[in-house]
Amino acid sequence: MTSIAETFGKARAEGRALLVGCMPAGFPTVDDSIASMVAMAEAGCDVIEVELPYSDPVMDGPVIQKASDIALANGVRTRDTLRVIEAVAATGAQVVLMTYWNPIERYGVDAFARDLAAAGATGMITPDLIPDEAAEWLAASDRYGNDRTFLVSPSSTDARLAMTLEHCRGFVYATALMGVTGARSQVSQQAPELVARIRAADPEMAVGVGLGVGTGAQAAEVAGFADGVIVGSALIRCVLEAPDTATGQQRLRALSAELAQGVRNPRR
Amino acid sequence: MSELPDLAGHFGRYGGRFVPEALVKALDELDAAYREARTDPEFQGRFTGLLRDYAGTPSLLYRAERLSAAVGAEILLKREDLNHTGAHKVRNVLGQALLAQKMGKKRVIAETGAGQHGVASATAAALLDLDCVVYMGQVDTERQALNVARMRMLGATVVPVTTGSRTLKDALNEALRDWVSTVETTHYLLGTAAGPHPFPELVRDFVGGIGTEARAQCLEQLGRLPDAVAACVGGGSNAIGIFHAFVPDTDVRLYGFEAGGDGVETGRHAASITGGSSGVLHGARTYVLQDDDGQTLESHSISAGLDYPGVGPEHAWLHDTGRATYEPVTDAEAMAAFQLLCRTEGIIPAIESAHALAGAARLAPRLAAELGRTPTIVVNLSGRGDKDVHTAGAYFGLLGDVSTIVPGENS
Repeated sequence: MTSIAETFGKARAEGRALLVGCMPAGFPTVDDSIASMVAMAEAGCDVIEVELPYSDPVMDGPVIQKASDIALANGVRTRDTLRVIEAVAATGAQVVLMTYWNPIERYGVDAFARDLAAAGATGMITPDLIPDEAAEWLAASDRYGNDRTFLVSPSSTDARLAMTLEHCRGFVYATALMGVTGARSQVSQQAPELVARIRAADPEMAVGVGLGVGTGAQAAEVAGFADGVIVGSALIRCVLEAPDTATGQQRLRALSAELAQGVRNPRR
Repeated sequence: MSELPDLAGHFGRYGGRFVPEALVKALDELDAAYREARTDPEFQGRFTGLLRDYAGTPSLLYRAERLSAAVGAEILLKREDLNHTGAHKVRNVLGQALLAQKMGKKRVIAETGAGQHGVASATAAALLDLDCVVYMGQVDTERQALNVARMRMLGATVVPVTTGSRTLKDALNEALRDWVSTVETTHYLLGTAAGPHPFPELVRDFVGGIGTEARAQCLEQLGRLPDAVAACVGGGSNAIGIFHAFVPDTDVRLYGFEAGGDGVETGRHAASITGGSSGVLHGARTYVLQDDDGQTLESHSISAGLDYPGVGPEHAWLHDTGRATYEPVTDAEAMAAFQLLCRTEGIIPAIESAHALAGAARLAPRLAAELGRTPTIVVNLSGRGDKDVHTAGAYFGLLGDVSTIVPGENS
């Protein structure tokens, strides 16, 4: 498996950004979510961010919460998320997991790190786990070679930025604005400044920017200053608001392709 | 033990900060402002002045003789129900609203279940001229319509939350989301001794006057400390408020009574310590009602104020170390105690507090046998029952045609 850092490096050499597309596992069913993620990868998403559905997703806006609620109501379990990762990774797509912390703690941190690697994910994005509380995860991810993506925010102090980057492996998730997930009409003004601060602190670290991106034009704008563009709500909405599965998949492919076009033509 | 939490907010393995990075700066600012406020004579002067002149504390410690006779213990009621806004919560909101002001924040947000914390927050915001937004699960806005009206009268905006189970847990999620987006200008006035550091510590300290007062009142009125202290536990603010001053007094037993709902064995309850397990919820590691996958389970209690699937992390610690004992009290036991207090003392308690009364009544014979004498138990009567009259009236069948009520029925 190619490491995600290598994939970022290759894209950087090509003068473009990576497109990271997010979808909850099991939304609306396990098989549908696998089909969606494969479609996203085929249509141009470089990395698939599988979200583990959680009952109390405080960092997520209404679209992702609704999708997660549907998945949970349909009975998705943590083991199903691992099955989704395995199926998507088997198609050759690069997969990372995004998850709130409690389901991992409940599964057993060490066992999860082992099973995550075995399923073929490169690592984990942890929106409510900061390095300060991550001792167990740091140890387990070192043991099983998982990448660790922590979040940084426009409000992060320089000291916290440096500390967080020290603990990241693979890439860092820069939240473009102070807020929760969900497409916005304009790209955040805070994002370029945050990315510049990250670059100053660690020029080698790949930076993915998330929160608020929903169109090809916005993806091109973010690709102008970041290594990766992370899109969730806009993609999920394609499925959530579609009258039937076929239409949902069609819209998902079309938007993925538009976003992929955007990251390949960065506005610099 | 009283020196906990540590600097990172840990009570043993519990507590800490499990939050999006975006909130860390605000939590650090809050922590710094709080450390300064603790030793700032001006802040402390304003806080104690408001508690005395506005909230009406120290609250009374009342020897409930007829109740004592009925349960077989000497029961002393810490009358937090007599505070302004009718509960211990006014202590916390005044402290936090003063902190918000000290930090230069003009807007406070709060979450509420039964509405008591929302009313208290709206009250403090009105007093200190702060904008106030209260998140409340849509289900709760319907069952607590009177408190919604109260909050609006006091100038607060009430936002019904329609996500998830539409109750307190979801109101808390929504308040956290608001805070992530508005943290520069807004203080999150968290309603209980839970959540990320420094909330469990600062809420405990703001409500800690309950125990300090009760301890001094016991020494003055009895000439000694009580045998036990009893309180109800949802998030756990009134319980930690009365426990804290007694923690070093190892001869004083501490009892927390959780909402057992239909019975812990039925799965329909809100007893996070008795029926839950260690996990992470709403920013801290603590005891949580969760399934095998770590998904939060819905809680159930006749008391909206105890209907929460987590508990403050200090209680998790006190439980694990054995310093405090936690037991569930069912809805039926709580309602029997509710009625008993009404009939013996002429006091209508909050249904939350009725859990503590029921627990104390259960405890009385056990302690008497163990000590070989009549035990003395301080019960934190954390709130008054005005808000619960509709629930209790329906429970006892008192809302319909009064001619059909048989005296003594349901007693």
